[in-house]
Parts: sequence; structure tokens; C-alpha cells
Amino acid sequence: MSGTPPGRRGSGAPRPVTLGARERRRRAVTGGGSRTAPAPLLVPALVAVAFLVVPLVGLVVRAPWTDAWDILHGSQAATALRLSLWTSTLATAIALVVGVPLAWVLARTDLPGLRVLRALVTLPLVLPPVVGGVALLLAFGRNGFLGRYLDQWFGITIPFSSTAVVMAETFVAMPFLVVTVEGALRAANRGYEDAAATLGAGRMTVFRRVTLPMVTPSLAAGAVLCWARALGEFGATITFAGSFPGRTQTMPIAVYYALETDPDAAVLLSLVLLLVSVAILVALRDRWLRGSTV
Amino acid sequence: MTADDPAGLSVEAEVHRGAFTLRAALAATPGEVVAVLGPNGSGKSTLLGALAGLVPLAGGRVVLEGVVLDDAGDGRFVEPAHRPVGFVFQDYRLFPHLSVLDNVAFSPQVRGRSRREARAVAADWLERLGLAELSRRRPDRLSGGQAQRVALARALAGDPSLLLLDEPLSALDARTRLDVQAELRRHLADFTGPCLLVTHDPLEALVLADRLVVLEDGRVVQEGTPAEVARRPATEYVARLVGLNLYTGTADGPTVTLDDGSAFVVPDHEEHGEVLVALRPSAVTVSTTAPQASSARNTWPATVTGLTLLTDRVRLDLDGRPPALVDVTPAAVAELGLDAGREVWLSAKAVDLEVYGRTHPRG
Repeated sequence: MSGTPPGRRGSGAPRPVTLGARERRRRAVTGGGSRTAPAPLLVPALVAVAFLVVPLVGLVVRAPWTDAWDILHGSQAATALRLSLWTSTLATAIALVVGVPLAWVLARTDLPGLRVLRALVTLPLVLPPVVGGVALLLAFGRNGFLGRYLDQWFGITIPFSSTAVVMAETFVAMPFLVVTVEGALRAANRGYEDAAATLGAGRMTVFRRVTLPMVTPSLAAGAVLCWARALGEFGATITFAGSFPGRTQTMPIAVYYALETDPDAAVLLSLVLLLVSVAILVALRDRWLRGSTV
Repeated sequence: MTADDPAGLSVEAEVHRGAFTLRAALAATPGEVVAVLGPNGSGKSTLLGALAGLVPLAGGRVVLEGVVLDDAGDGRFVEPAHRPVGFVFQDYRLFPHLSVLDNVAFSPQVRGRSRREARAVAADWLERLGLAELSRRRPDRLSGGQAQRVALARALAGDPSLLLLDEPLSALDARTRLDVQAELRRHLADFTGPCLLVTHDPLEALVLADRLVVLEDGRVVQEGTPAEVARRPATEYVARLVGLNLYTGTADGPTVTLDDGSAFVVPDHEEHGEVLVALRPSAVTVSTTAPQASSARNTWPATVTGLTLLTDRVRLDLDGRPPALVDVTPAAVAELGLDAGREVWLSAKAVDLEVYGRTHPRG
């Protein structure tokens, strides 16, 4: 690195470029210099975009649009979709009821072993779902260490039922809600909670009337995220609940089996899921698509 | 105003926060407005936090209306939610998701009133503070002055026995501040319990308070009425706040020998030993030659080190034995050609010197 100023290397005057009127306006408004991307960055970026987008385009192009209605109607699609929707909604509801208090405990208390607890409850985020399914089976299966007694004492058998689907989905999806809400609780201004306390509110009232309303946006985002994850759940579900049409065969599992027997139906089912995903992205656009770090 | 006054507030507080220690004792009678004045980091806000129960005491106790709120000795502690204390925070902390009305109704409601009753109480307070037309607004649609008044209404709606205000006007711009200050003074006069007001603005303290408690470095360094404090500052910090020159020295009959070795001729006084001498900047005369025959008993040479334009006068910073701040007119600056580095003579009449004993910080 010599001390030569950029653009003045060697001899002669600096070489000017031509700035069009549009670019001049752009720079005047946003400030800063050039925004052109150099090729070593631009080319890999385009490769990445192609890799992510081309398969989805393939899905749309390849879809048998003309017979769509008949195929969807004749297949297990409607049943699978209905099952998927209600199980993932129920899983989200369960996650809200127990996951939000868990997030609060993680964010607001200093119980001993909290760090270990946090690691444990976020483990399903990184755990291969199929491992989660095996674990659930070992715990709640007919020979599992809990399932055995449920079966013997109450005659309750969980595996390969819709209950198992909900449990598998909750297991995999709840950490998304917990992590999102915990982060929001940590970032929330504790001053409001102090203010509420000086106004006479006990801890539960503070939670209900101040803390919760203030993290509502994150709560909603966490719930949507959790729901989407539950909807897409495959590995844990098929391991713990199997694939019985109408009872445990959710959309992703239906897609997987349809691919062998009826590829057209598989494509259409995938499209339905794609549509749902796009809807979720739109719902969360304020949170993720703004390009901010919030 | 004894420590056991059953009707008022009495505090002996020791609070540790990291390396900082607050050790302060103070009392306030019902209806009295006490301003706790001190620089940033002096422990003012910590003191309020301790009174509200947000920060537990490490030593001492807090007694309000004969009820022990916190006693580090026997471990008794009343949770913040159960203290009859109204707190107006520096940043107001109005709940962003509630309307102004529901913010003010919050305290009555969580203290057991029905939603309707609480709102009626809130509407009443908003009316009294002239905020009725704002009741349906969200806090983010309020101006600073309005938010301040809503915060006060919210604190008062809980029917507190003790009112705490943390830098109530510091978040306001200069123009709003005067309006809100006048109004706040009226509302504080209506409040029947003791009121503690924390500020670093001496003017705010002088205007709003019946009594001043000056806190420095976690210790009470001076207490008194605004007039007493303004006339006889106990520390350099207070002197600077009220705009006086302050010197420490030893009294010896009609002269005081200052700590830097110089001496002042002072008026009759009854002090002995260590004393403080206060001198108004406008009581000092500046001349460019040594005054010959003058009635001023104190003359000494000094060098101008700085000039600051105050609205209608110029404050000179002078280095000498002793150093001094002196106020002169802009015309005098021009005529005498005063500028940094200029050597001048200062003179002060003995009667303009206020001599008083050093008070020892309590607490």
C-alpha cells in the first residue's frame, strides 16, 4: 500500500466516469458514492438467487394447472390439508399457552441452572427432527418409559394418532416461539414494568397488562413462525405418528407419498404449501423484509 | 420535623450500587416539597428508587406516615406495588399501548377499583390537570409538556401519600419548561403529602421546593431553604450552581486567611476557626490600574483567563490569589479592553463578603 490517493496511481489526471441524470439524482438523495456491485460479489450473488428461485419456478411451471381442481379433489389433499391446518394450529396454541410463560421465566427470573434450561429448550431448533421423533417414541411409545404407564393405567396410546402429530409438531416448533418471545422480553424496556409496580401492580398484573401488550408484535411473529414450522413438520411426525391418511398423514407427508404414486398431485400439494409460505412471508414482511436488524 | 414524625417521611438510606455508595438521611413533612439537588451520579435517582422500593436498602430505614417501608436492620420490606408512593419518572414511562385515560386509570384499577370507577377517577384527574381533551390520545401523540402532566396525573390517581418526581422538567425544551414549571408548582402545592423532587437544575429547585437537600457523591452536603442555600453555599458545587464565588479559610477577627495564603477583610461576624466566604460576582469591581484611595477594603491583582457572554453581562474568569468570577457590563469589557491574558485589579467591599461557618455533611 503506497500513499498514492485512489484513482491517481501512475501519472495523469484522474479518469472521470459519466454520471447519468438518474444516478446523479440517486446519489443526491441517498448520499454516498457508487452503488454498483463489483463482479466478484455480483456473480456469486446471482448464482445464489438462481439456486433459491429456479426450483420454485419449476414447481409453478410444471404444475398441471388444467386438471388442478380434479386432482386436488380426488386425492387425499383436502383431508391432509385439513389435518395439517388443525394440528399445526393446535400445536401453536399449546406453544403459546406454555411457551410464553417459559420465555418469561427464561428472560425475567434468575433461577439456578437457567443457562442449561435455555440450552435444553432450544435444542429442538438444531436437533434433526427425526431424532426428535425417535425421542418422542421412546418416551411416549407403548414401550416408552412414560407411554407404558399411560397405556397400562389409562389405556391411552399416543403413537400413530393425531395426538402424536400435534405432539411432534409442538416439540419441533415451540422453541421458535420461545426464542422469539424471550428475545423480545429481554429487549423490552424494564422501566415500564417498574412504573407499573409503583402504580400498584403485582407481578402477574404487570405481566398481563404491561409486559405482554408491549411484546405483542414479537408474540405474533413468534406464533406465525411456530405455526409455519409446525405446518412443514415431516421428520418427527412420520417417525412418531406414521402416515395414516386422515389421521396422521399431514401435507408434507402426503406430498412425499404422492410423489411415488401421483406426481401431479405431489406438485399441486407442494404449490399449496408454497402459497401458504408466501402468505406467511407477507404477514411477517415488516419484521424480516425491511432489511433492518430488528 | 423529627425523624419519628408519624405524619411525614423519614429516611436513612444506605444503598450500594457497584462501587457507588449512597448514604443519606433526610426527612419531609406533609405538604412539604423537598428538592434533592445534585450533579449527575450523585445518587439522586438511586434515592428515589429506594423510596419507591425499586432498590432495596443495604442499611437504614424508610418510614412513611409511621409505617416502615424498608428496614435493612430487621429485613422488613414493602414491595413497590404495596407502597403508597406516586412516582413521576424522568422519561415519564407512559404505557405506549394504553390511551391517556387508561394510563391514568391504571393505578386505581390495579388497586382494586372496577374499570368504570377507575376511569371515572382518571377522568377527574385529567380534568383537574386540564388534560381532559387528551384522554383518548396515545402517549406517542403527546407533546413533552403534555406527557409530563399525564405522568403526574397518573401518579396522583393512585392516591399516594408520598410523591416522587425524578427530574420532572429535564426532558422539556426551554420554552415549555417555564409553562410546565409554573403549573407543576401549583399542583405540588395542592398535594397534601410530602413530595421529593430530584433535579440537577438549581432554578427548578429554587422555584419548586420549600427546602433543598444537596447531594454530592452519595452524601448530603447541605440542607436548607432555597434562600439559605443560595446565600450561603456549603460547597464549591453549590456555589457554582447559585453563581457565587466561594472561598474556604480561617477566621481571625476582622480578617479571614484563605487557604491559598491570601486574606480578606470581612465585616463583623461571630465565626471562629474554619469558615466559608461567599462573594457575588457582581460585587467585584475591575480596574486596569491599582486603585489608589478606595472604600473597598479588599484589592488584589488578577489575570483574565476567560470571558463568557451571559444575556446582559460578561462573566470574567480571573486567576489570582484568590481566583474569582466577576460580572461586568459588555461596555466595560470594551472600554477597559478586557481580554484573556489582561492583568487587572479586583476590589471588593468588606460588606459584600458573606462569612459563615462550615457545616459538616450529615448522613
